[in-house]
Order: sequence, then structure tokens, then C-alpha cells
Amino acid sequence: MEATVATETSAENTWNGGGSKPLGSSYGKMMMWFFIVSDALTFSGFLAAYGLMRFKFLESWPIADEVFTHVPFVHGHFPMYYVAFMTFVLIFSSVTMVLAVDAGHQMKKAKVTLYMFLTIIGGLIFLGSQAWEWKNFIAGTYGAVVMQDGKIAQFVDKDGHQIALDDFVVASSEREQLTRNKGVWFMKDEGSIPPYTLEEVVSSFKANPDVGLRTELINFDKKQKTLMTKEEANAFLTKAEGVVMGANLKVNEYGNTLFADFFFFITGFHGFHVFTGIVINIIIFFNVILGTYERRGHYEMVEKVGLYWHFVDLVWVFVFTFFYLV
Amino acid sequence: MAQTHGSHESNVGLIWKVFGLLSIVTIIEVAFGIVKPAYMHFTNFLGTSLLNWLFLILTLVKAYGIAWYFMHLKHEKAALRRAIVWTAVFLIAYLATLLLIEGGHLGEIFERYTSWS
Repeated sequence: MEATVATETSAENTWNGGGSKPLGSSYGKMMMWFFIVSDALTFSGFLAAYGLMRFKFLESWPIADEVFTHVPFVHGHFPMYYVAFMTFVLIFSSVTMVLAVDAGHQMKKAKVTLYMFLTIIGGLIFLGSQAWEWKNFIAGTYGAVVMQDGKIAQFVDKDGHQIALDDFVVASSEREQLTRNKGVWFMKDEGSIPPYTLEEVVSSFKANPDVGLRTELINFDKKQKTLMTKEEANAFLTKAEGVVMGANLKVNEYGNTLFADFFFFITGFHGFHVFTGIVINIIIFFNVILGTYERRGHYEMVEKVGLYWHFVDLVWVFVFTFFYLV
Repeated sequence: MAQTHGSHESNVGLIWKVFGLLSIVTIIEVAFGIVKPAYMHFTNFLGTSLLNWLFLILTLVKAYGIAWYFMHLKHEKAALRRAIVWTAVFLIAYLATLLLIEGGHLGEIFERYTSWS
């Protein structure tokens, strides 16, 4: 009964549920847990929807290793390394958070301050890394050709490795990007145009015998995308509609549109959680410095934001698995 | 201060141990993700490759480490722990199973639109 009856009504106890402790946990901590459960269900709904669409388009879904290949300051094909770094940053910031909670239990204000600070820094590094990952995803690496029905075809060298449009396309004319200050004043700015026209890409492809064309179809014996013969490719390119570089919500060079949509939505939603986590951590950080929790006699607020922060880490573990590994 | 209020022992040693475990698991995941050994990659067990099963199991190991030790679920009362873990695990497993089966089915019945050729 004690759990359901409000025992104290003083203003000081408004936000900690009074003296009642349902399930041996404070009111605020339990509510944080219930929020986390519902948020976990939201994320699992998104990830399950990703799984639904991936299973629907199983034979042509993009292969993650060929999409996320960038490492800062290094050129080349390095799948996994950077996202592994991001995972470490987030796990480590979880460690500093739990160290802050631990120091809070012992009322060591200086240690809590230091560990909260490190947690915030870790969060900022992760958020910056994610922004960089988005930048590469949006700008694109190779470029591709999009068909009238929305299919994507990518270009490869003799060994079947993907190559960029820059590597083989000979530009015959420079088409300038129209902007309002160069064009007609009542025009809207046009969307960014691909670096080459379709005609340039197709004629360069025909002229160069070393360049091959790759379809979205996965060869499940090799778990690689299927290559076309030169004749098939030339016939196929007559149905091409345009050149695509990078990714937006309507079309992307990696393959199925839904792949990019889910990438933006799920990593974006997770990134937004990281952002709010950092903001909350900063607020708590200043409260720690001001001595709010020292006066209150306990550091339970640090524990509560800690739960949220660990949850953000927990979600990333699953996003990492389902977007990059599986 | 620690003497007056300190009813809690420090768990710093345990925290670093869990961090070590999570790091090792992540390194194993990344190593397998880069190498993709053929004897695991080109297999099919219950609908996906053994490599993918390894990733899923290691993910759950990491989730356990984070929830039990970092989020202190281990130290909560069993009733609260079960209210959280069983609810989430049951609903997520239910949703994922249904949607994945449905996704494969959609791929088949809409073959005209989903098939690549």
C-alpha cells in the first residue's frame, strides 16, 4: 500500500515521488526505466521495419561493406574501421558515465565533475563522427547511373572493383550549376547537378573496354553484386535516365532508395538521442559543479541521466549490428 | 565525505572488467566483419549465415553487459528487472519475427515489382 499512497506533500519532494519507493527503486529512476523501455520499443520498431524492407528486397539490397568505406585522412577502401572507432568512443563514454555514477555514490564531487566532462566530450566526438559519416554518404564516392524504373547500375574495373565516374568519364562540356544570382532572378536554385551528363557517361563507357557495369542483383553463391557483359551493359544503358552522385531521400548511388531513407532516419533518430543526451549531461554537469547534489545529499540525478546515456549506447550496439555487420 | 555518506563500495574494478569484455567483443565483431571467413560466410543456418548468427549473439552479449552492469539492472529488485527485460525482449522478439516473415512473404508475392531482373 505504501507504494500507492502519497505520504509527503512538501514542495521539496514533488519531483522525487515523496517517500514511497515502488520496487525498491526511486520514483524518478523507475520512470526513467519505463521511458527507456518505450523508447527501446520505438527503436526496435524502426529496425524491424528496416528488416521488413530488406527481406522484401533481399536479392538486391546494398552491401554495407561497399557503402561505408571511409576513414579520415586516408584514401582507399576501409570498411568497418571508422564505425568501429565510433562504437569504441560511445562505449568509452558509457564507461566514464558509470564511473561518474560510482563516484557520486561516494559523494566525490571532483571525480563526478571530471567523469561527466569526459562523457560529454565522448558524446561530442561521436556526434561529430556521425556528421562526417553522413557527409560522406550524402556526397557519395563513385556515382552511378539510374534507370527509368529506378534501378541503379554501378561501374567497375576489369577486376570487378567499383570505380568512380571521375576515373573513366571524359567530359565534353562544362554545364554550370544555375544559381539565382547567375540565372534568371525569378528562378529557384536548381538541385545540385551530377558532375557529368548521361551522354558523357554512356559514350565514355562504350569507348573504354576496361570498364564494366554492375547490377544491384546479388549473386548469393559469392555474396557479391552481379556483373554484366559489355553487350548486355550497352543495351541496358539505353534505358538509363540519369546520373546520380551521392544520396538523398529520393535517389542514391548505393541502390535501393529505402536503404538511404532508413539510414538517414534511424541513424538520424539515434544521433538526435545522442544530441539530447549531451544537452542533458551538460545541464547535470553544471549542477554538479554548482553543488546542487552535494546539498541534496545524493547524486541520483547523475544516475538517472546515466541510464539514458547507457541506453543511447545500447541502441548504437544494435544499429551497428544491423546497418554495418549483418 | 566518503566516510560520512559512503554506504556504497566502489565498483571501479568491475566497471573496467566490463569495459574490457565489451571491447574484446567489439574487436571480434569487427575482425570477423572485415575478414568474413568463407567457412562461416557461405553457410545457411536457420535462414541466415553462421557469421550473421555470430554477430547477433555477440550483440546480445554486449547488450547484456551494458544493461546488467552499466545500467545496474543486476542490482535492481528482481521484479523491476523482469518488468523491464521480459517486456522488452518479448515484444521485440515478437515484432521482429512477424515483420521478417512478412518481409520475405512480400518479396515473394510482389516478385514482379521487387525482383531485380
